[in-house]
Amino acid sequence: MRAMVYRGPYRVRVEEKPDPRIEHPNDAIVRVTRAAICGSDLHLYHGMMPDTRVGHTFGHEFIGIVEEVGSSVQNLQVGDKVMVPFNIFCGSCFYCARGLYSNCHNVNANATAVGAIYGYSHTTGGYDGGQAELVRVPFADVGPSIIPDWLDDEDALLMTDALATAYFGAQLAEISEGDTVAVLGAGPIGLYAARSAWLMGAGRVVVIDQLPERLEKARTFAHAETINFNQVDDVVLEMKKQTDHLGFDAVIDAVGAEADGNMTQHLTSARFKLQGGSPIALNWAIDGARKGGVISVMGAYGPIFSSVKFGDALNKGLTLRMNQCPVKRQWPRLLEHIRSGYFKPSDIVTHRIPLEDIAEAYHLFSAKLDGCIKPVIIPDAS
Amino acid sequence: MDTPMERTGHPPVYTHRKPPLPETPEQLRARIPGWGADLDPADRPSYPREIAAETGAHWDLPEPQPEHGERERSMEHGMLTPVFGTAQPLQGLSGVVRRYAYRRHSEGKAAHWLLLLAADRVDVAEHVLRSFATLRPDNPITETGIRAEVKHGSSRFGKGRSDIRHQAIDPVVNGAPWVAGALAAAWAVRRVARRAG
Ligand SMILES: NC(=O)c1ccc[n+]([C@@H]2O[C@H](COP(=O)([O-])OP(=O)(O)OC[C@H]3O[C@@H](n4cnc5c(N)ncnc54)[C@H](O)[C@@H]3O)[C@@H](O)[C@H]2O)c1
Ligand SMILES: [Zn+2]
Ligand SMILES: [Zn+2]
Repeated sequence: MRAMVYRGPYRVRVEEKPDPRIEHPNDAIVRVTRAAICGSDLHLYHGMMPDTRVGHTFGHEFIGIVEEVGSSVQNLQVGDKVMVPFNIFCGSCFYCARGLYSNCHNVNANATAVGAIYGYSHTTGGYDGGQAELVRVPFADVGPSIIPDWLDDEDALLMTDALATAYFGAQLAEISEGDTVAVLGAGPIGLYAARSAWLMGAGRVVVIDQLPERLEKARTFAHAETINFNQVDDVVLEMKKQTDHLGFDAVIDAVGAEADGNMTQHLTSARFKLQGGSPIALNWAIDGARKGGVISVMGAYGPIFSSVKFGDALNKGLTLRMNQCPVKRQWPRLLEHIRSGYFKPSDIVTHRIPLEDIAEAYHLFSAKLDGCIKPVIIPDAS
Repeated sequence: MDTPMERTGHPPVYTHRKPPLPETPEQLRARIPGWGADLDPADRPSYPREIAAETGAHWDLPEPQPEHGERERSMEHGMLTPVFGTAQPLQGLSGVVRRYAYRRHSEGKAAHWLLLLAADRVDVAEHVLRSFATLRPDNPITETGIRAEVKHGSSRFGKGRSDIRHQAIDPVVNGAPWVAGALAAAWAVRRVARRAG
């Protein structure tokens, strides 16, 4: 099969690889029809995630058609069109039984501090991902769902991570009616999180980024106010001014380890890999929240320590909530919202790129060229 | 908008009052599709955090995936997980370093992660070298997707973006291993040549 392959930091290419095989009775093999590149893939692409091996195929956001099933699979058949959550999970361990699918204990031999994710290095289990023609899907009876007839392919694709994660992020912000909510980052996660905050009853939503085209999307798609952090001297002070010196009731970090805005932090983490992630956005969240407020961290950070301003969080009595999103738990309610017309997830897709051009797709998304917000990868474009 | 401060001379936070919102719930409901649909926490799928989940699993402990050869695992696991990835098994010098990191240090140790990061760099160097013995050597031009610059590069300028400042040095920082590799190779060749001479 043809598959995206990691060759080293900032270098990827398409290679011919052996087809994946059924390795466990509850595995399925899925033929990928659409995949996406995510902000999380950039942490791998930039070489920030420990145990990212050369030859690894990325891609945790994909939909496709069931090509083959293992002997114990009961809920799926060959030919079914499925969406696959980015989490790999067993459905029966201590964590899965309690709905914490992203924290499954039975699927990641390499680490206990994180669950398993498709195409996301060996630190999350060593599974090749879906930016390829075929992919191995473990626990086929637990993870994937058949895509409802009425749901568009690209909307289904965005359910596998971005939309579900952002919706989850807004829930962790514990928003009650009339709360002021700041969202750091206007990528797919931030845009949907802003949108979701309204569903929870937010009274004001302010999105913070520096990319004009994304801030524009925050105003139109997410109905939010915006701050361009490059056009103010001091973001935290601006956040205070905009809330009558109180600070925000809730702040959602939808940036993560690649955060910009402070050269030292950015270089020591994103470039020289001396921190598990640049905590600029997280620190802005901590300082921009009101005392007793809630921080929801959706932005991803690596397992190495980062210089987070913990004292401020303590002294302000903040609640910090975070996790990888348990995607499948979000689906029933999200499908209702899409049906009601509250979301059209694919509105943020900006680029559709053949798998063969994967290197250009990564550069485009990584350097945020051409107004790129969400690139979709098409494996069978030929 | 005339701020509470302008109206009263002091921000409301210095009293018990919450700053007023620019829009009423009715206005928000009219302006934003779905506003308040999940006001009740009971409608939020991840509330409460832990639930008794129906997952479709028809096993208590999943049956174990057959092992073919060595599978490294975190020391913090009590056993090899029933299912595991088989994407890129340990190999080469990077494999030696990774095996050591897994066997010697728990995830709680910085050494565990720093060794794994170091092994990643070794892995890349090994593959770059090895690729020169194949029909498809690594090609920094095509693999960095730099051609996207030609098509779309100018779109990032003139917007005051702070990421552009380091984007200029990114290739240097990330190209450094290549340069270091070339120097090391030159040094090794000189040594061999000197010994031979
Ligand atoms: N927890 C989860 O389950 C989960 C799932 C998916 C993605 N994520 C993470 O969410 C984050 C966002 O993902 P995405 O796909 O939207 O990525 P993205 O790269 O498209 O978006 C990140 C945005 O943050 C902006 N930004 C950079 N520094 C900033 C700062 N200091 N303040 C405000 N904005 C800043 C960037 O300009 C960019 O627009 C990533 O870290 C990703 O790994 C987490
Ligand atoms: Zn993702
Ligand atoms: Zn589990």
